Amino acid sequence: MAAENAGSGGAGKVGDVQSSAEKSGADVAAQRAAGAQPPAGGEVEQAAAGGTPPEGGTRQAAPASRERAGMFGVQGSGDTSGFGGLRLPGYVPAPAERPFGGWFDEFADDVTDALAERGVPHGAVAQITVDRGEITLYVQREHLLEFCRTLRDDDALRFELCSSVSGVDYGEDVAQRLHVVYHLLSMTYRRRIRLEVTLDVDDAHVPSVVEVYPTADWHERETWDMFGVVFDGHPALTRILMPDDWDGHPQRKDYPLGGIPVEYKGAEIPPPDQRRSYT
Amino acid sequence: MTEIRDDAYAPERETTEGTIYTVTGGDWDTLVDAEHDDRIIINMGPQHPSTHGVLRLVLELKGETVEQARSVIGYLHTGIEKNCEYRTWTQGVTFVTRMDYLAPIFNETAYCLAVEKLLGVEAPRRATVARVLLMELNRIGSHLVALATGGMELGALTGMTSGFREREDVLHLLEFLTGLRMNHAFVRPGGLAQDFPEGWLEKVTDFIALMRKRLPDYDKLLTGQPIWRQRLEKVGYLPLDGCLALGATGPILRAAGLPWDQRKVEPYCGYEEYDFEVPTASEADCYARYRLRVAEMHESLKIVEQAAARMEPGPVMVSDRKIAWPAQLSVGSDGMGNTLEHVRKIMGQSMESLIHHFKLVTEGFAVPAGQVYVPVESPRGELGYHLVSDGGTRPLRVHVRDPSFVNLQTMPAMSEGGMIADVIAAVASIDPVMGGVDR
Repeated sequence: MAAENAGSGGAGKVGDVQSSAEKSGADVAAQRAAGAQPPAGGEVEQAAAGGTPPEGGTRQAAPASRERAGMFGVQGSGDTSGFGGLRLPGYVPAPAERPFGGWFDEFADDVTDALAERGVPHGAVAQITVDRGEITLYVQREHLLEFCRTLRDDDALRFELCSSVSGVDYGEDVAQRLHVVYHLLSMTYRRRIRLEVTLDVDDAHVPSVVEVYPTADWHERETWDMFGVVFDGHPALTRILMPDDWDGHPQRKDYPLGGIPVEYKGAEIPPPDQRRSYT
Repeated sequence: MTEIRDDAYAPERETTEGTIYTVTGGDWDTLVDAEHDDRIIINMGPQHPSTHGVLRLVLELKGETVEQARSVIGYLHTGIEKNCEYRTWTQGVTFVTRMDYLAPIFNETAYCLAVEKLLGVEAPRRATVARVLLMELNRIGSHLVALATGGMELGALTGMTSGFREREDVLHLLEFLTGLRMNHAFVRPGGLAQDFPEGWLEKVTDFIALMRKRLPDYDKLLTGQPIWRQRLEKVGYLPLDGCLALGATGPILRAAGLPWDQRKVEPYCGYEEYDFEVPTASEADCYARYRLRVAEMHESLKIVEQAAARMEPGPVMVSDRKIAWPAQLSVGSDGMGNTLEHVRKIMGQSMESLIHHFKLVTEGFAVPAGQVYVPVESPRGELGYHLVSDGGTRPLRVHVRDPSFVNLQTMPAMSEGGMIADVIAAVASIDPVMGGVDR
């Protein structure tokens, strides 16, 4: 939709694209207005708890996702509409600032206390994001297992149930493109949180949380199967949905969807992943 | 492990398609050793009438006792999550409705609630009430299938014929309300595809009256029946700590004594306005799960009745024309399509409307970047949708936390150490739907 506004400006108005991107992402605009910096390959945003910087300190906790260019997927066609010149910056989840609102502040304090009690460094949480009423903690993978154990066992936290573990691939040219996402539920306090671990695709290793949450067994197998994330310490990390001898990890963005062209009333319809895409 | 590549039981040959192995079997005596000589391993499934679709159970038996049980899944994997990434947000509905095919309305609603949360819009009240009505009808239908197939697997064939007879009534009603018996694609981001047809209230009222008469029959047919009780009582035991560790939700969790129901604890779609109970038991066995399903059908019927009374006139789609599709569907002489007035307008009067229609249908609407997780209470437990958007007109990621997938992990804990016949009862009480498990 944003492109309609930028359309008349022609390809020369590339410098103005920031605003058109913000129109398409109302929350990004809100976060920018709230003073959040769009990290441009810079420093690690520290958690509200502060403390020592995490290992590999120059990384962002949550790197930007894929940039988008043009519309209609047409390149170099002499298109004069201006849509081809559109550049949309990748989405960066902005770090939240105190007060987070709701129960998030109390929860963040409890996490800080519980981590200190168990000797987990503060840097274990690299970033906290609050978006659409949901809290996301970007966790350093070295501390993930102990962090989950703390979340499960601490009296003030009590995240008894691991709802879901899954992967997200943010696209081929994105730094740390693989994310592993954990959804935890505290039935005692009726709270839900999301943990996220960002990974390089060449070093897609993350400790398994099966010993803390046995239910993660199949979830982790599925994430391995679909995204090729290796869960170190998993009791039997084998494929679960695809056949055992399958090559590749189907839900990665560089894995084609597949399909064949279909002829319909004389016209040939290409498979879904080869049709022109709009953004 | 011994190398058994070139043996007589699985010879290999090269072809243009690659190496072909011809597995002949009969190699049992090469595998047995002193430790395992009195055990047999059997494959139950994937094509077995008692395994709820294409589920394969690998059972290690000592006599009739199950020493180890493992389930093998993936036979119905259709890549729906990946497919959704290549379709617009609206088209995603037609994919997710095919996952857990016994609870399509729940898939649609949870997906649409997640998209709406990403968009920051809320469906109109009439649409929300209609979603509740459809979901509860769907819950009755789904539980009826659970009873029917469970009954069939345990030899209670009258349970199957009765269950499918009543479920047929549910499907007829859903077909009248939405246009399709299953895979409705009726709930859309922003509301519903269209309003209920004329005369829906009478049909729903008739259905409620019919079910009020028929549902107590299950108590007569099964609940007190000695054989049914002997097959289910103290079978498939899974206490509360086991449920939490293994992530089991829905009737399995509630049968273990925890009254955890998303509709009560984190109400969505206005469930806090409805008067209903969450049936709970503490026996944690197959019989308790069976009784909970019967009781939940009665509660669902109460909600359907209340929802029908709450249906006030109004729109069923958000008024934002950047999200709502421009045309209402209607049935013409050549089948279902856009209404004639709309076609007349976009073809004859308004070029802008034509452009708008074209762009909305082919390109879809852009969803602000971010991620959400929305859980709802499906008949089988917590159905969660984790959607990630990068600001485009297609999802970056659609992940479904399907309750069948998670609950199926409890099968070994329920079955190991028991009799092989009780494995059937345990799987039936989990009520897995393979379309949801494999996605």
